[in-house]
Amino acid sequence: MLFTSRSFCCLGIKTYQLRANLLSRSIKLSASATMAFRHKNTRRIEGLDSNVWVEFTKVAADPSIVNLGQGLPDISPPTYVKEELAKAAAVDRLNQYTRGFGHPSLVKALSQVYERVCGRKIDPLTDILVTVGAYGSLFSTIQALIEEGDEVIIIEPFYDCYEPMVKMAGAKPVFIPLRYKNDGNAASSADWVFDPAELANKFNSRTKAIILNTPHNPIGKVFTREELQVIADLCIKHDTLCISDEVYEWLVYKGNKHIKIAMLPGMWERTITIGSAGKTYSVTGWKLGWSIGPQNLIKHLQVVHQNTLYTCPTPLQEALAQAFWIDYKRMDDPDCYFYLLSRELESKRDRMAHLLQEAGLKPVIPDGGYFMIVDVSTLNVDLSDVDEDQPYDYKFVKWMITSKKLSAIPLSAFCGPETKRQFEKYIRFCFIKENSTLDAAEVILKNWNKQTA
Amino acid sequence: LKLQTQFLSLPLQAKMSRPVQARRLEGTEKNIWVEFVKLAATHSTVNLGQGFPDFPPPDFLTEAFVRALSGENHMLHQYTRGFGHPPLVKILAQFFGKLLGRDLDPMTNVMVTVGAYQALFCCFQAFVDEGDEVIIIEPFFDCYEPMVKMAGGTPVFVPLRPKAPKDGKLMSSADWQLDPAELTSKFSKQTKAIVLNSPNNPLGKVFSRGELKLIADLCVKHDVLCISDEVYEWLVYDGKEHIRIASLQGMWDRTVTIGSAGKTFSATGWKVGWTVGPNRLLQHLRTIHQNSVYLCATVAQEAVAQGFQRELELYGKPESYFIQLPKELQQKRDWLVQSLDAVGMKPIVPEGTYFLVADISKFKSDVPDVPDSDEPYDSRFAKWMVKNKGLAAIPLSAFYCGAHKKNYNHFIRFCFAKEEATLKAANDILQKWKQEKTSP
Repeated sequence: MLFTSRSFCCLGIKTYQLRANLLSRSIKLSASATMAFRHKNTRRIEGLDSNVWVEFTKVAADPSIVNLGQGLPDISPPTYVKEELAKAAAVDRLNQYTRGFGHPSLVKALSQVYERVCGRKIDPLTDILVTVGAYGSLFSTIQALIEEGDEVIIIEPFYDCYEPMVKMAGAKPVFIPLRYKNDGNAASSADWVFDPAELANKFNSRTKAIILNTPHNPIGKVFTREELQVIADLCIKHDTLCISDEVYEWLVYKGNKHIKIAMLPGMWERTITIGSAGKTYSVTGWKLGWSIGPQNLIKHLQVVHQNTLYTCPTPLQEALAQAFWIDYKRMDDPDCYFYLLSRELESKRDRMAHLLQEAGLKPVIPDGGYFMIVDVSTLNVDLSDVDEDQPYDYKFVKWMITSKKLSAIPLSAFCGPETKRQFEKYIRFCFIKENSTLDAAEVILKNWNKQTA
Repeated sequence: LKLQTQFLSLPLQAKMSRPVQARRLEGTEKNIWVEFVKLAATHSTVNLGQGFPDFPPPDFLTEAFVRALSGENHMLHQYTRGFGHPPLVKILAQFFGKLLGRDLDPMTNVMVTVGAYQALFCCFQAFVDEGDEVIIIEPFFDCYEPMVKMAGGTPVFVPLRPKAPKDGKLMSSADWQLDPAELTSKFSKQTKAIVLNSPNNPLGKVFSRGELKLIADLCVKHDVLCISDEVYEWLVYDGKEHIRIASLQGMWDRTVTIGSAGKTFSATGWKVGWTVGPNRLLQHLRTIHQNSVYLCATVAQEAVAQGFQRELELYGKPESYFIQLPKELQQKRDWLVQSLDAVGMKPIVPEGTYFLVADISKFKSDVPDVPDSDEPYDSRFAKWMVKNKGLAAIPLSAFYCGAHKKNYNHFIRFCFAKEEATLKAANDILQKWKQEKTSP
């Protein structure tokens, strides 16, 4: 790019100016080229920059929109939970660092609650790690135990972060879809099943782990003992880990039981079970979660934790511990919040299903969790003129937000590349909402047909 | 038949038989805090070890927290914006925009993290790949090394070297300096970043403009990023000025500046930190953040935002917490300096932070040398001291890489962000100890 003076010297002043311009441009170019090359992102995050939540929470932030999208309760957490936090913040010592792997009173409370649930001894110091949300537990587990050369089986549809986290660890996600097995009017989340033979084929010598999510987001499926046994048998046969995301463990509806895969024979030693304060107590903004498992696995998660954020906030952990003690003492009582919330949500589930059915839709009734998916293709909304190169459900949700003032989440956000077609006619609604929010949704859904007619 | 059933049940009992942990954890397992925090909890009567205040955060901050909780808006218990609660990023952009002399966009030039610790993690994960070198100035806050390793990078160490103080004077943290030629020699084609910590933990050094310019010039020349850990930015004494390297020529585009509410507002347990920098760098921090924790707790962010609002209004005025806190801490520093000097431990007077390093060579007789020991002398000394004298401190070797731990093994670090009563109790222990040494 550098022009020697000789080649231009006989062309006079004009060319001198030209040369000087070219010279300064070439310096700028090479400087910016160097900057651009050196300051690019690391390989581990290549292709991981987009995120459905960043996209859709922005769009739905408008208060005039009825937000049934992101899994965000707009109901109030129980009063005693809020009170415990106020109490904790008033204690001087609780505003300073606590134990890195989990505040002592919290890990003690967690060990008591889960010993009760699991029927086995859980050591609060070695078998538990407190993390920044269940999200942080997923990250710590994957960073601790998964690496390049590993394969990780993910059941579709899946909570969207599993795929990028596995990729960031350098491993290969291997997908297996849940498929709708029945024909009929009232679909249930139980009708969505995996094919055991297909699942068995996904396991090989490189399979390091399978990620299980039960109760399942977004479908609401509560995996049965038989289904868990199929997965467990394969884990044992192939000496694989199981990462069990059980954040919705308390939200199971009548006729269903949440079963912990870690309690099946041979599974405790190879399973990390993940829970969430946000989902347990309707305090998603507290961002506290935990991983429970055998010491020989948890110790590696603890190493990741001490090298990523070291400790979680103290007053929140203390308040959570106190809330757990209150409910631990009444685990035999129907008023225990774990069961109370479930009952409250069951009636909201039924109402949500009814609203969607009235609008001519066929929702998939969930056995657990606080999400409901529905096939919107029957509404025949033609979006072929929409320019963007996105799956149908993305376009549909964006259209619904602007023209109907109602938000949801497109289901293809929860799929691997090969199943996006299969799921792009579904959208996901969240029903952990105040009655007033569901009332507003009802108005929109009732008027839907009127407006399009 | 019995043998057969035994054989059948064995695989069901088997643990994971192959190695489970990922290779990225290699060399990152040890952590000094896990050990020393436990020792302090078990044995100490006076804890000047781990860096946290034993006095409360200011009233205006805890009041803001309680107000946020008791307000009508229970949505503060739910998710907020992933990259930072809007009121907090807005006020941070305003505040640091003023300090850096720039217009900052709260959405793209600021990101909130779970403490400065997570901000550091995001920086290393976003910018350090296998084969990259990262320059770390010793002594260093211990997490930098394992974080670089976990990202697959190679840490390259360069020490601050102590110069003898003027006759009769106590050593100052300013007497610990980089050798410019030595620093220059550490930059190579593989150098991706340098980590700067000013004011420096553990020494308390506040890098001068000249020292920062030396570093800045090398960064520009070699096109290297600067990760600037400035968590103690408000804790500077004797009228010294904390200079932000991002404000130096050519540095804004290549620097991520890290701050901490824990250190700013004496609330280490809230774990709210932040990064400030150009969008071109922060976009990659956002990718790491959204794939690791995604969000930080809402209520604490709301309260910190209100804390900053108050400080923005009182900036430069005597009632500002950012003026009152360093004033109080300077006094505490001076008390501790006196206490240590009086008994023969030689304090290095810190220009900033709430840490102080002291030379314990004169106390060696209590803890004899063990020539073939793997453990650095100061670590054994600190353990002996907490068990036998009830006084907790941290060995300086904790802040050096493995190969250099033995070079500076007769210093220990004290934290003086403590109530008067705590510092008095420390003084009593030291006085008694001295008397026991000199009496027959």
